[in-house]
Amino acid sequence: MVTIRSIPSTPGSLTYTDLPWIINHIEDRCTLCGKCTSVCPTSAIYLGYRRQRIPQIDIYNKDRKTSYRTFAGIRQRLDVEHRCIGCGMCSMVCPNEAITPVLNSNDDRLKFHIHQGGDAWKRGGRRNSRESLLDNIIFTRISMLTDPALDAGRHEFYLNTILGRILSPEEYLKRKEKGQWIPPTREIFPFIIGSMSFGAMSPNMWLGLLQGVAYCNEVLGIPVVMATGEGGCPPWVLKSPFLKYIILQIASGYFGWDEIIRAIPDMQCDPAAIEIKYGQGAKPGDGGLLMWYKVSKLIARLRGVPQSVDLPSPPVHQTLYSIEESVMKMIQSLSMAWGFRVPVYPKISGSNSAKSVLNNLVRNPYASALLIDGVDGGTGAAYNVSMDAMGYPIASNLRECYLDLAAQGKQNEIPLFAAGGVGKNGNVTQNGMALIMLGASGVHIGKYVMQSIAGCLGSERNRCNVCNLGICPKGITSQNPKLYRRLDPDQVAQRVVDVFQAIRTEMKKIMAPLGRSQSLPIGMSDAIGINDKAAADKLKINYIC
Amino acid sequence: MCRLALKTSSTPFSPYSVLEAMEAMQEGYDGSGLGLLLRGLEFLDYNYQTKDPIFSGIAHTHEALNRLDSFMQEKGFTLKYDHEFNVDHSKVEAPDRYKYLLRIYNFPEIWKDYDKDRIEHELMMTRLELRRDGENHNGDLTLFSFWPEVVIIKEVGWPLGIGDSLGLSDNRIKARLVMAQGRQNTNWGINLYACHPFFLQGVSTMTNGENTAFIPIKEWLMGVQFPGYIGYQSDSEVFTHILHYTIKKLKLPLEVYKHIITPLKTEELLDHPQGDFLRGLRDVTRKLIIDGPNCVIGSLQDETCFMVMDHKKLRPGTVGGKEGEWAMASEMCGVDAMIPERDRSLDFQPMRENMVIISPDRKEYKIWSQFDPYPQHRVA
Repeated sequence: MVTIRSIPSTPGSLTYTDLPWIINHIEDRCTLCGKCTSVCPTSAIYLGYRRQRIPQIDIYNKDRKTSYRTFAGIRQRLDVEHRCIGCGMCSMVCPNEAITPVLNSNDDRLKFHIHQGGDAWKRGGRRNSRESLLDNIIFTRISMLTDPALDAGRHEFYLNTILGRILSPEEYLKRKEKGQWIPPTREIFPFIIGSMSFGAMSPNMWLGLLQGVAYCNEVLGIPVVMATGEGGCPPWVLKSPFLKYIILQIASGYFGWDEIIRAIPDMQCDPAAIEIKYGQGAKPGDGGLLMWYKVSKLIARLRGVPQSVDLPSPPVHQTLYSIEESVMKMIQSLSMAWGFRVPVYPKISGSNSAKSVLNNLVRNPYASALLIDGVDGGTGAAYNVSMDAMGYPIASNLRECYLDLAAQGKQNEIPLFAAGGVGKNGNVTQNGMALIMLGASGVHIGKYVMQSIAGCLGSERNRCNVCNLGICPKGITSQNPKLYRRLDPDQVAQRVVDVFQAIRTEMKKIMAPLGRSQSLPIGMSDAIGINDKAAADKLKINYIC
Repeated sequence: MCRLALKTSSTPFSPYSVLEAMEAMQEGYDGSGLGLLLRGLEFLDYNYQTKDPIFSGIAHTHEALNRLDSFMQEKGFTLKYDHEFNVDHSKVEAPDRYKYLLRIYNFPEIWKDYDKDRIEHELMMTRLELRRDGENHNGDLTLFSFWPEVVIIKEVGWPLGIGDSLGLSDNRIKARLVMAQGRQNTNWGINLYACHPFFLQGVSTMTNGENTAFIPIKEWLMGVQFPGYIGYQSDSEVFTHILHYTIKKLKLPLEVYKHIITPLKTEELLDHPQGDFLRGLRDVTRKLIIDGPNCVIGSLQDETCFMVMDHKKLRPGTVGGKEGEWAMASEMCGVDAMIPERDRSLDFQPMRENMVIISPDRKEYKIWSQFDPYPQHRVA
């Protein structure tokens, strides 16, 4: 045995099997072109030179010699900062399939070491759990003999939903008779591109999404809307006729709202809605967290801040003393800003207190909806502990709120929108329709949009998830032109169209066998079942096995 | 699938003739039940005063009947006429039918000061109280209606068999309007309360087909907290309650019922003369949109009858007849059986946008389209 000092070991020393992803490099295929090392977002790999001793023993002459072979190869860095994140860009660019990251099948040690320098782990993505209750909800009420099943390909389907406060029929008739104000509503597609800010996302991503959304609306007749997230909206969009497809978000940092308010007189149309973010499923109790490296010149201008400074939004709105006051002040003043023509609704993170918020909104005549964001929601940046360990699953939270409204006969008056984990494992329509049948008027999808539309590589195995660092290898969440130029806005727009067309078809394929075509089956809880008795009881749906 | 028959005539006729018409459509039901609603009544043994309320139901035991009597006495009702059906118990399938109730009462003295709305409310509450009483006693008392000018009979078995077992062919009861539905809603289990036609405060409907949007509609109606919106042993009961809500609670014209259950599309409403109002109405009554496949046949207190289809029109429905005498049925052969002597070329099968209305004068049927304006309402 050698003495311990001769081995380079420190408390932070790690080796390949301690890291979540291990680079598998096939040396005899490598051309040493260097593409993998240059594309790697964390510089986890480098070109290394090695020397190999080759002993040569001559038994007959009782002689021994040593020769050396020198060779070059790709090596993995072993420190936490330069760990491989499993994005797989190296394999994507390798001309000879010589390199790929492999998920470490041992228990990796990353979580024990990632807070180097005392900084708790921050990342992008969503809760690192692949479980999805929504995936287990299936549609069980099939029309066959008691009723003819519908033809998803030939029947006419009404798939849209309503965003906005809806009066009781009695109140509607009364106000119509007296010529009084009727709250604004929007007829929209029930799958909404959820809040992802201009700042969190690259300009090319944003542009592509907007192009795709406009095409869906104006050519395909699918009234898709998208939300901005905190961080304003480019002035050319604010003053364009496309603003009607945009839900403008105001959050606790109020970033970008100077620009928005100033643009009001020049707006050609009203925005789809205003979303007031009080909470976010991925990081309940936290505000936005745009780090300095993403605050480019453009972002700084949009948000009205200096360039290259951290932009942590406060956890709560500064004006917020109580929910009553918040509802009074914010919902009413934002409604007033657009002459009470635009729906204004709050977004909260899933929580035990969601029902209290809801009941408050019911009594507020200006509140247009409630968006609840569950624990599986994604984010561009948050503390890992917030993402993994805080929040409330959307299914039961939404269901409780819907049944609470139904008990009051108000389930049509305040539309509930659900978010957080819709399409987590790719089953976006199934998940969304399950939530709709549990009582949602529509669902917001964010992470799925990035994954499906822009090719985001993030996963719940903690793959990639470096959106917060501005080094997104696909150029989706980076403000670095070298990176975001990898993303072609036209191709993003094409994928928006692909995704929404497919969702539309899948919605019909779900609704047709249920015998539904004339209205979105909101709250049609008799149509769904789950193979988990406890979950079925909690959600008040059928237990199936 | 249910078979539906409605006949309306200026001259009262025996309900048995409608049951005979049901035979023509017998291929379409399984003999698990019959629901019969009669309006515009005439009794051979009794001179009926049209304002007196009539109890319809079944007392399954002697004890239940006694309870009913004491309850009504306590409330101040006096019995004016107790119709004794010529029951042939050997033909009745169910064993626990102590007495089929068709009883005509005098209003309590104190009700004389009540206005129309109050009387309607009290009548409904009386029925509901007794229904609850029956439910609390192992279902020994079943009540279908308590309303002037309306008799409802519901029983398990073949329609004609039930007519025979109750002696309905004896011409002791006649009516100007009869609604009949064959087959219970077997999807939800045999339950007399699950049988159409459903009735609430003068409004009645029956339906064929299954109501795929039942649960959301039911949950919404229950949220209205109106005492009469209960039951729902059948998914078709909500059609009656939506009609009740439309004309009694919202006080909108009958035609708007069609706009509520099957609203026009947005692009269609943009060109509609009342489009602005109707778009708003569609939003506020969104939970009442039916998804079919259904044909709904209904009647109102003034003996107006109507027929509507769901938007997909996946269920049949035919209207035919002649001046003074009209029939609506889920099958053309049903209309043939009820009114054989008529000009068949004038029969009509409503399309998805139509509502066929026969007004109380029974001169003609009116085909109203959702694309046309409906009779002006104060807010439209």
